[in-house]
Amino acid sequence: MASQWLPLSELAAKVRAGELKAADLVEQALKTIAEKSEYQAIIATLEESARARAGQIDEQVAAGKNPGRLAGVPFIAKDNFLVFGADTTAASNILKGFKAPYQSTAVNRLEAEGAICVAKANLDAFAHGSSTENSDFFPTKNPHDASRVPGGSSGGSAAAVMLDMAPFALGTDTGGSIRLPASFTGAVGYKPTYGLVSRSGVVAMASSTDCIGPLTRTVEDAALVLDVMSGRDPLDSTTIERDEAPYTELSADLKGKKIGIIKEYMTDGIEPGVKTCVEAAVEKLRVAGADVQEISLPSLPAALAVYYIVVPAEISSNLARYDGQRYGHRAEGATNLEDSYSKSREQGFGKEAKRRIMIGTYVLSSGYYDAYYKKAQTVRTKLINEFNEAFQKVDFLAGPVAPMTAFKIGENVDDPLKMYLIDIMTVSANLTGIPAVSIPAGTSNDLPVGLQLMAAQRQDRALLGAARAAEEVLA
Amino acid sequence: MASLTRDDILKLAKLARLKLTEDEIAEYQRELADILQYVEQLNDVDVLGLEPTSQVTGLVNVSRKDEEIDYGYAPLDLLKNVPEVEDNLIKVKRMIG
Repeated sequence: MASQWLPLSELAAKVRAGELKAADLVEQALKTIAEKSEYQAIIATLEESARARAGQIDEQVAAGKNPGRLAGVPFIAKDNFLVFGADTTAASNILKGFKAPYQSTAVNRLEAEGAICVAKANLDAFAHGSSTENSDFFPTKNPHDASRVPGGSSGGSAAAVMLDMAPFALGTDTGGSIRLPASFTGAVGYKPTYGLVSRSGVVAMASSTDCIGPLTRTVEDAALVLDVMSGRDPLDSTTIERDEAPYTELSADLKGKKIGIIKEYMTDGIEPGVKTCVEAAVEKLRVAGADVQEISLPSLPAALAVYYIVVPAEISSNLARYDGQRYGHRAEGATNLEDSYSKSREQGFGKEAKRRIMIGTYVLSSGYYDAYYKKAQTVRTKLINEFNEAFQKVDFLAGPVAPMTAFKIGENVDDPLKMYLIDIMTVSANLTGIPAVSIPAGTSNDLPVGLQLMAAQRQDRALLGAARAAEEVLA
Repeated sequence: MASLTRDDILKLAKLARLKLTEDEIAEYQRELADILQYVEQLNDVDVLGLEPTSQVTGLVNVSRKDEEIDYGYAPLDLLKNVPEVEDNLIKVKRMIG
């Protein structure tokens, strides 16, 4: 699927030079969104604000001013990003009608460089899910096969990019929610080092693993979006210092780079077509000069169990704020305040949010805290140590993103544990805080397969460089 | 092997301020047991001498200057999202009764 959009840097350069109008780019995006509405990737379009903003950018150019590195470039934000004045639902009934009174830092930084938010994308409600079927509104369809899911939870964002609705989209990745939909749709999905991009103004899921990142067609585009968004933010005290050098300055060479293939991910538990595709991709990296070796991280099989304790615990705490009193849905006919809380939450939360709140409440409750939560956080330490040791031996780790390609809509909805197992290869990057990326590796039965590359914390520039080189070799 | 009684589920729901239907109670009783059984594999992981991790990048006690910041919105802007407002106050149901 060739794109109607130029690379982001070229698009912005043409807007700055007056060769392209921001207003036309916005219309092009809105037109494509309308034409491809049957995929249900979008929750709402921001036509009025996007057109107004495009007009301002075109005026700036006409007046000889520079609107920035993303001048006039339309983008789509997952609907858990607060965009000033726009509805922000996180695809949940409890936040239906909530209008953002302020704006996320990520969107602020993109707008400061001239980018224009044109729409809000669908997601699993509160980003809880791996298929976008948990949206309280509607499921999103995979651009390659409308009977299949696009992955999740940033499924709307990934589908929107591959449907050409905008040249890039924003997603969030708490346990794979950027990389999985990238893998299932053939997009590039980048999850940065924990804390590199501010989460201020993004609906919180699990605060110790939540990350923000881009979904794009190319690694080069992802690097530019990351470069604009990253760095310390006084509004998010978990943010870290960014590299002084731009994340767009990439050394795209695999020669002599040590790449470790993760043994625990290349088992018979993954679909044969995915395994073959990833093996073939890795072989191409070897031919291109990479020093490929197998590497074992013995505690990896336990990562998903750690994740499904730690994350529901944090979810149950983060979702406690939705009580129907200060914003969001409030139930009618409650008898007292507590009844109002319970009824509002009963009506406003979908099944998966409730399920995770229940698990989280259980593992944090008195008598179980040590056995579950503390134990999980200690195994997390073991996992971190094993990754640190691995990165003493290799520059990058490689493997599949998921054990399968995009599955049929409805196929896994009745079995929550099976749905959770889809995240088995993505959660470890979140638990350890390392950067990871999904790039297209090829196809299996005509469905996209992603190759996952990971690097040590704060090695985002090196990882993007390797991904850029790999992208070229695999194209 | 993990198992949860109906009372366990009701107690959790109360702690989490969730009302559940009869169907949901039965469903979560089964599903939570499945999930808890899956995570019990952590009992087999040897963590002798290791401390728990809750912050992965090593930041400690990040603070800012104690000064007024302009967040770009007024209290009245925030009240626009409140379901019930009276005299610029958030109106809620009585606490008892």
